[in-house]
Amino acid sequence: MKIGIPKEVHPGECRVAASLLSAKRLIKQGFEVLVESGAGQAATFYDESYKKAGCQITTDCRQLYQDADIILKVRPPEQHSTLNCHESELLKEGCLLITFYWPAQNEELTKQLAERKINLIAMDCIPRITRAQKMDALSSMANIAGYRAIIEAANHFGSFFTAQMTAAGKVPPAKVLVIGAGVAGLSAIGAAKGLGAIVRSFDTRPEVKEQVESMGAEFLLLDFEEDGTGEGGYAKTMSKEFIDAEMALFLEQAKEVDIIVTTALIPGRRAPILITEEMVAAMKPGSIVVDLAAEQQGNCEVTKPGEIIEHKGVKVIGYLDFPSRMASVASNLYGNNMCHLLDDMGKAENYKIDLEDEAVRGALVLHEGKIMWPAPKKEAPPAPPKPAAVAATQANTSSDNKSKEKKYNPLPLIVTGLALILIGANTDTSTDTGSLLLHQISVFALAIFVGFQVVWSVTAALHTPLMSVTNAISGIIIIGGIGQLGNESQAALWLGITAIFFATLNIAGGFLVTQRMLKMFRK
Amino acid sequence: MDTLLYLFCGILFILSLKGLSSQESAGRGNIYGIIGMLIAVAVAGYSAKDSGHIMEFGIAVVFATVIGAAIASRVAMTSMPELVAVLHSFVGLAAVLVGFASHYGEGHTSVHYIEVYLAIFIGALTFTGSLIAFGKLNAMISGKALTLPGRHLLNIVMILACVYCGYKYLSDPHDMTPLFIMTGISCVIGIHMVMAIGGADMPVVVSMLNSYSGWAAAAAGFMLQNDLLIITGALVGSSGAILSYIMCEAMNRSFISVILGGFGQTAGGAATSTATIEGDVTDLSAVEVSQLMRDAQNIVIVPGYGMAVAQAQHSLAEVVKILRGKNKNVRFAIHPVAGRLPGHMNVLLAEANVPYDIVLEMDEINDDMPTTDLVMVIGANDIVNPSALEDPHSPIAGMPVLTVWESEQVIVMKRGMAAGYAGVDNPLFYKSNTEMLFGDAKKNIDEILGCLRD
Repeated sequence: MKIGIPKEVHPGECRVAASLLSAKRLIKQGFEVLVESGAGQAATFYDESYKKAGCQITTDCRQLYQDADIILKVRPPEQHSTLNCHESELLKEGCLLITFYWPAQNEELTKQLAERKINLIAMDCIPRITRAQKMDALSSMANIAGYRAIIEAANHFGSFFTAQMTAAGKVPPAKVLVIGAGVAGLSAIGAAKGLGAIVRSFDTRPEVKEQVESMGAEFLLLDFEEDGTGEGGYAKTMSKEFIDAEMALFLEQAKEVDIIVTTALIPGRRAPILITEEMVAAMKPGSIVVDLAAEQQGNCEVTKPGEIIEHKGVKVIGYLDFPSRMASVASNLYGNNMCHLLDDMGKAENYKIDLEDEAVRGALVLHEGKIMWPAPKKEAPPAPPKPAAVAATQANTSSDNKSKEKKYNPLPLIVTGLALILIGANTDTSTDTGSLLLHQISVFALAIFVGFQVVWSVTAALHTPLMSVTNAISGIIIIGGIGQLGNESQAALWLGITAIFFATLNIAGGFLVTQRMLKMFRK
Repeated sequence: MDTLLYLFCGILFILSLKGLSSQESAGRGNIYGIIGMLIAVAVAGYSAKDSGHIMEFGIAVVFATVIGAAIASRVAMTSMPELVAVLHSFVGLAAVLVGFASHYGEGHTSVHYIEVYLAIFIGALTFTGSLIAFGKLNAMISGKALTLPGRHLLNIVMILACVYCGYKYLSDPHDMTPLFIMTGISCVIGIHMVMAIGGADMPVVVSMLNSYSGWAAAAAGFMLQNDLLIITGALVGSSGAILSYIMCEAMNRSFISVILGGFGQTAGGAATSTATIEGDVTDLSAVEVSQLMRDAQNIVIVPGYGMAVAQAQHSLAEVVKILRGKNKNVRFAIHPVAGRLPGHMNVLLAEANVPYDIVLEMDEINDDMPTTDLVMVIGANDIVNPSALEDPHSPIAGMPVLTVWESEQVIVMKRGMAAGYAGVDNPLFYKSNTEMLFGDAKKNIDEILGCLRD
């Protein structure tokens, strides 16, 4: 099996579909790797290094497309400027192309490729399921974009991020607002926090509050109940009232913060406008807006995709190529995502496009000329809950079980209670020693039985109070002492009174200390 | 009428124990117990109103109540085990006294004398046994198991002597000498029995003595032909027996082997255990530990006797409060024999206002260990010892333990590298994901608290 890595032709694209490391992994998986000369140049991976790693270098791009069974790319096929043809025409019939593809925006191209019986896997369509996380190239790129957004902002920002007290005066900390706490947003929060800024974040999905706080940012809350959790980890479009409240919050924040990073994308749609012209104007001069949604026309009203503009003293950064600006690490992570995918598809030896494989099926756009996208909706697997939540639920269920187990059937208790009363009522009639002893033994046996029934249901946490309460109760021996009060023997009388003394000590102490303990158990 | 009232009291006592089945109803349970006791005393007192000694009765009750209440309201929760032990001894003593008292008087049958004899025997045993347990818990007596040569034989001889005295006593109940001799021997049996039990087995001993004090009351009930005493004694006796059983189960020991004692002896031979421990002990500072706590999301705290000794529960509760404020999932894992009394840790944590729904039992939390980021073991040793599961030659082999080593990271807070009560070295300390924090638990936790507050 041969894998071809052509040079990306998109202007300004610095990434490459296989870094040195991922190329080595591909070779280890049993593939032959062909790399177009200069493919990794912009990402600082040179031809000699690829050669050393065991790849074949070719200068002939057409030949590479002809030889390779699998083509790995970053961008969807487009017009090749030097060869003067469309990249899709270079693809060999029946080969597999793995790339970022955006099938919803490339329907025409998909039809053309289908005619040529191309197999196509779109890295941007890898389903967001737990198992496929290691193939999730969108997250890899978003992570880089979020980090880079802060770096770009810092580059254009005229002050420190951290607060500083210097002999020459005080520098206030930068305040950063990150809108949308997805992968990119969280990564931006982490980067900004790392530089020392005060970071706030807003998201329509309330469940990300915890994640935001875990990164050290403050989560801004709207005084409004609406859950914006949509499918596949994205947010959905919100109601009008919600948006109004949200806008008011942003305007208020815009006056205060120095840097706004927006990351709000809704799949397959224009990005929602979150930062209006009015808000940009309200920001302090020298403030920065970084719009990570510029590719979909931007979250900021004044964003110009691909450019930095200055609007009333505020710089609005609308770059489209944040990951490409960190081409080395981006190529590496993207390459690894694809290695994992190929690993999942059986490596070189058992290579197969398995329609049963949920990850592959989800990302498969073309299979032997048939259009497979969008993949049929499966029962949406529940988002993998965080371990904390799992643990908590487990704990709950197990304690529920426990309490169920411990609900004893009261019947034996009632029956024995009745039996005790019957025997008790019978006492006065039995006078001879034999039947008296018999009576006592039956009372004894029944009481033991009741004791076992009752004590087994005592929860372990209350074992100490159980002990002190039984201890107090066993002070009932005081009755024995009181019985001696009528005894004519002086010795017996005083023994009895001493017994009363000790038993009372026990009763008072035992009950009181139990009460003290029980008061402390609170939820 | 008296009988019916007594039965009513018995039912109140049953309800009282029943109330303890959950935290919510526990307080009510205690109230039932108090009401039952008040009625019982009132009934007994009323029937003795013509005896002419009501004054003495009143004085004794008032004095004892004042003293008992004073002790109970002052005692620290950490010294709960001692208090319970000493209270047990009072029951034993009272049983002995009542036994002697009821020996006097005319026209008793031989069945009565058997009952007197038994009540005194059990009472005396409970009395001295509890006193020794008190001493051991109070550290007035060494916690080490005392193993006299031929101690089993000694016990058998003493019991046979008691049986012989019993025979002599029954053949002539007016000669009280055998009764006194038996009381003396019984006291010695109580002392010897508890002396032979190691400190780690204290939860079993205390609950066993609890059981004995119940049986003593029941024996007195037979003797005095009082149903309430029999019922209550049986309740308490079975309760203590169940607790002892639960504790033994938690340590994977048979009840007999605990009673016969000498656990420390076999443990002393730990060198014969084939497993050698490899790895190094790494220790951290409190500052580093607080950093780890900040980074962790899922935290489990395993308290042991060391926490109780250092009185660290309040500072610990404060740490937990701060961590929970940061939305971390912090829980406590309680081993059934942690501490020196069943449920000891629960009481201490409750005292420090730790919400009881984050305090879980071993079985409830062991399965969550692999998903836990950080486990803090505070002054516990044997209950987190992996050799109980891994090393079949270990003296504690088979004892269920908290599997803390399955978590991401374990921090063990300990005073030093000494072995636990079982005298077994703990391979946990040498595991690569275990870090040690040496020193007094209270001091260290206070330091962590300081770091977390910053």
